[in-house]
Amino acid sequence: MSDLVAKFEVKRGEFALDVALRCPPGITCVMGRSGSGKSTILSVLAGLALPDRGSIVLGDEVWLDRARAIDVPVHHRRLAYVFQGLALFPHMSALGNVAYGMRETPRAERASKARALLERVGVGALATRRPRTFSGGEAQRVALARALACSPKLMLLDEPFSALDRGLRAQLVALVKDLAAELAVPVVHVTHSVAEARQLADHVIQLDAGRVVGEGKPADMLDLEALE
Amino acid sequence: MNWSPLFLSLQVATVAMIVSLVVGTALALLITWKKLPLPDVVAALISTPLVLPPTVLGYYLLTILGPNSAVGRAFHWLTGGDIIFTFKAAVIAASVGSIPLVVGAVKIGLDAVEPTLVAAARTLGASPARVLATITLPLAGPGIVAGAMLGFARALGDYGMTQMIASSRFDGLGIHQESPASIFVIDELVALREESARNMAIATTVLGVVLLVLANRLTRRLHRV
Repeated sequence: MSDLVAKFEVKRGEFALDVALRCPPGITCVMGRSGSGKSTILSVLAGLALPDRGSIVLGDEVWLDRARAIDVPVHHRRLAYVFQGLALFPHMSALGNVAYGMRETPRAERASKARALLERVGVGALATRRPRTFSGGEAQRVALARALACSPKLMLLDEPFSALDRGLRAQLVALVKDLAAELAVPVVHVTHSVAEARQLADHVIQLDAGRVVGEGKPADMLDLEALE
Repeated sequence: MNWSPLFLSLQVATVAMIVSLVVGTALALLITWKKLPLPDVVAALISTPLVLPPTVLGYYLLTILGPNSAVGRAFHWLTGGDIIFTFKAAVIAASVGSIPLVVGAVKIGLDAVEPTLVAAARTLGASPARVLATITLPLAGPGIVAGAMLGFARALGDYGMTQMIASSRFDGLGIHQESPASIFVIDELVALREESARNMAIATTVLGVVLLVLANRLTRRLHRV
């Protein structure tokens, strides 16, 4: 089991982020108000943004160490990132989207594996359809299937359920919880929703103005509501 | 009617479109690259052919590609032939005018590609080359097709530079060669063969309009994807 251990600083004009995180396998919810640096944390972990200082280590793999000039490029960090807007490729079918990240699967097996993943998240019927025809909930499920397809060592979720109604959200929260248990890797989930954090999280990190102001089990975090 | 000038124009415009599409797409990618130093200066240099008179551009091309230039001598040494006053020169003349238009259209296409789609592809393990081939260029498709269309139209209509570096009239070596339609028309007028000039003018116009309509329909279809 590989923990994610990250410590980094980012300065962009007035905004400063200075955090130290330890995320064990399971779901870590990062909570905080808008502008507290939640999404920046995900960008840095993914390698899409470079911090001014710091390091990121996943198990025994060093992904980033500014002091030693180590910066593993995004496409060599084996991770899955579900973006807030989902970022499904509009010119590919659901199958094409899911198969896109299957680097290590032999070409001949990709379609059947992608189909199985779509079935797993409950949208097998969408296989040949393109994203513009999906409902919000369907798009979320395809995005989750695509994230799972690359056999990630780290999964990053950026408020993926923020645009959904309560019923759909509850279904997808349950699905993410099941998938995270199957994957057994660290899952970093950024959210505004206290209810979502209470349902999903094994571990909660509270962020305020670019700094970690609290962490622990969700049940121990009495003042989570204050973050909403 | 002698159709060969029109066929020659089509051949030149087709090859020039391919050349300007390849060069123009590469230049559009270059100017959208975030680490490019002095991007405004590079963009201005690429657009220069749009503001210079064709005679000035033709003069530069003669100077750079002529038989006494370093490029011309190197080409002669390698192939035994010349660049100026050949089919190649006609293609180069047409491409120089087309490239800035292609760059502009392709850049609009590239700017329309959502950065999160590129980021998503990278997080899914795609190398920069794979992201380019599977995400950026396909999604910039309408801009690339529009660039090809503009490039072809501009190449088909080129006159000034073609006259200076690819026309038999300016061929100091005295080699007779066929002219593309744009030059054929003026040659026929000068020779007082007005009917021939008119027929070629009408044929070129019809061809241009038909091709533009086809290209517009293709672009619309791509936009719907």
